[in-house]
Amino acid sequence: MQLSRDELLSAYRTMATARHFEESVFQNFSDGKIPGFVHLSAGQEATAAGVYMALDERDWIATTHRAHGQCIARGLDLQETMDEIYGATTGVCGGKGGSMHIADLDKGMLGANGIIGATGPLAVGAGLSARAKGENGVAVAFYGDGGSNQGLIFEAYNLANIWKLPVIFICEDNGYAEATPSSYSVAGSQVARANGFGMPAVEVDGFDFFAVYDAMREAVERARNGEGPSLIHIKTARFYGHFVGDAQTYRGDGEIDKLRAEKDCLNMFREKVVETGLLTGEQLDEIFEEERARVADAASAAQVAPRATEADLMTDVYASY
Amino acid sequence: MPMKSYRAAINEAMAGEMRRDSSVIVMGEDVSGGTGAPGEDDAWGGPLGVTKGLHTEFGPTRVLDTPIAEGGFIGAAAGAAVTGMRPIVDLMFVDFLGVCFDAIYNQAGKFRYMFGGKAETPLVVRTMYGAGLRAASQHSQVLYSLFTHVPGVKVVVPSNPYDAKGLMIQSIRDNDPVVFFEHKAMYDEEADVPDEAYTVPFGEANVVREGEDVTIVAIGKMVHLANEAADNLANDGISCTVIDPRTVSPLDEETILEEVEATGRLVVVDESHPRCSMAADISSIVAQKAFKSLKAAIEKVTAPHCPVPFAPELEDLYIPKVEDVEAAVRRTMA
Repeated sequence: MQLSRDELLSAYRTMATARHFEESVFQNFSDGKIPGFVHLSAGQEATAAGVYMALDERDWIATTHRAHGQCIARGLDLQETMDEIYGATTGVCGGKGGSMHIADLDKGMLGANGIIGATGPLAVGAGLSARAKGENGVAVAFYGDGGSNQGLIFEAYNLANIWKLPVIFICEDNGYAEATPSSYSVAGSQVARANGFGMPAVEVDGFDFFAVYDAMREAVERARNGEGPSLIHIKTARFYGHFVGDAQTYRGDGEIDKLRAEKDCLNMFREKVVETGLLTGEQLDEIFEEERARVADAASAAQVAPRATEADLMTDVYASY
Repeated sequence: MPMKSYRAAINEAMAGEMRRDSSVIVMGEDVSGGTGAPGEDDAWGGPLGVTKGLHTEFGPTRVLDTPIAEGGFIGAAAGAAVTGMRPIVDLMFVDFLGVCFDAIYNQAGKFRYMFGGKAETPLVVRTMYGAGLRAASQHSQVLYSLFTHVPGVKVVVPSNPYDAKGLMIQSIRDNDPVVFFEHKAMYDEEADVPDEAYTVPFGEANVVREGEDVTIVAIGKMVHLANEAADNLANDGISCTVIDPRTVSPLDEETILEEVEATGRLVVVDESHPRCSMAADISSIVAQKAFKSLKAAIEKVTAPHCPVPFAPELEDLYIPKVEDVEAAVRRTMA
C-alpha cells in the first residue's frame, strides 16, 4: 500500500462527503426541495475516490449522469455543487446545468452527461488536446454498463487505440442500466471487448477502494508514458434506484439490505485501515461526522441560495450575438 | 485580384489559419486520404480535394485521417474543442448527420449554456450539401435548417468563393460551434479572392443587387438562380432585390425586413424541403414583422417534400430552377 496516512484520510473524507451528499439529496428531493430528477451514486463512492486520487490537475474527465460523488472527488466546491443541484445561480454552472450536467472546466471536469455513451468520444478529444499540450495529461471517460453497449463507446475505443491516446475508459458497472441488469444486456465481457481493440483491460472490485486505486494508478502511468489507452471495468452497485422515486421492483428480495450490510465501501475501507493499524476508528468517525455536518450546512444554504431570474435566461447561448 | 475557386478559397482559409494558430487541427474521413497506406500520404485531400496539401504541410498530428465513425470523431472534435483545440472536422456529406448529431446539438452546442458560460467550444464542422450530382437520396440533402433550429450552434452557407474564404476564417476564429455548408456542385466556381486573410462577419446579409419591385432572399447555391432570374425579369421591367443571408444562424433579419419593407414583396429561394425550412422560417419572420408592408402573399421556391431522387429526369424536376423563381416573382406582381 503506497498511500500516506494523509492520503488515506483524504480518500475516506471523499467517500464520507459523497455518501452524506447523496443521503442529503435523497432526503431533500423526497421532500420536494430539489427540482427535476436526480441519480444517486451512494454505494459507488470507492470508484470516485479511487479513480480521482490517481489523477491530478493536468487531467480531464467526462462522466455520467450519476456524478455527484465524482464532483466531490474531483474537488469541486461542495457548496457550488450542492447549489447547482438545487438550481441556484451560485451553482457551479449558474443553475443552468443541474444534476445531470455539472461541469467545472477549471478543474478538468468536462461534465456529467445526460447522453449515455457520449463521454467516450469527448474523452478521446480531450486526449488529443492533452497530447497537443505536451504535459502528459490524461483523459478519462466514465460510462456505465448501459453506456458500454452504445456504439459510440466502441468508436471511442477504436479512435483512442489507433491514435494511441492517453485515454482511460472506465466502465462503472453498477449492475443495472436503469432497470435492465448487465447480466442480461451485455454480451461478452468488458475486458474481452477492450482486448478486441488491442487495449489492456482489467476487472476490479468496485467496493474496494484500494483495488480501484491500484488499477487506476497503473492505467494512468501507462497513459502518461505514452503507452496508450486502457480500460478498467469496475464492478460496483448502487444503494438507490436509477433515479430517486424508482420503486426498484426489478431488484431481488433483500438485495439492497445485503449490499448495505456486506458491501459498503466505507466499511470495507475502515476494516482494512483499522486492521492494519494505519488509521483508527475514532479518526474515521470524526471525519464521518464532520462531513455529515458540512453537507447538512451546504444543503441548508442551497435551499436559500439565490435563484435565477429572467435576465439569466438568454445569457451564454453564444459567445457574442 | 486573383481568381480562385470555391474549393481553393476554403483550402486557403484553413491553411492560413493553421499557420497562424497551432491549435487549429483538421480531422475527418480521408481529409488527407492515404495515411498509413503504401502509396501517397496526402492522396485525396478530402473526397473532392478541399483539404489537399494540408497533410503535406502540417503533418499527421494536425491533419488526422479518421476511421468511418462520425459519431466518434465528431464527438472527439467537440471534446478537443472544449479543452483548448480549434478542430475543423469534416462531416463528409451532411446526410451523415444521423449518426453524429448528438455531438453537435447535445454536446458542442450546449456546453456554453449548460456550464454557466464557462465553456468555449470553437469547433467547425465542414459539410457538403446539395443536389445536382445524381448522388441520390443519402448524399444530396440540404439540411441546414435542422442545425438552425438548435440554439448554441451557428450555421454558415457561403454562396461564392469570396464569402467562403472570409466566412471560413471567421468560423475558425469564432468561439462557438459552427456548421459550415459547402455546396458540392460549386467547388469549381471561380471569383476574385484576395490572397490575404479577411473575415466576413456572421449575421450580416449581402445585398447582392437592389431593386424596387420584389425582394428575393436566396441561400447558398440558390443565390445564383435568384440573380439569373432577376436578370431575366429586368428585361421585362421587373426590378428585384437579391439578398444572400450568408449565415442562416445568426440570421440578418434586419436587412431582410428593410428590403421587404422597401419592395413590399418577398420570394424566398431555398434548395431544401418546404416544411420547417429556412424558406418557412424567413417567410414567418416577414409575415409577422413586416406584414403591413406586404403587397402580395409571400412566395416560396423550394424543393418538393420528397427525398432527393436518383433518376436524372426526376432530380432535374426536384431542384428549384430559374424559371420557378421567375414565376414566383411574377405571381407576387400579379
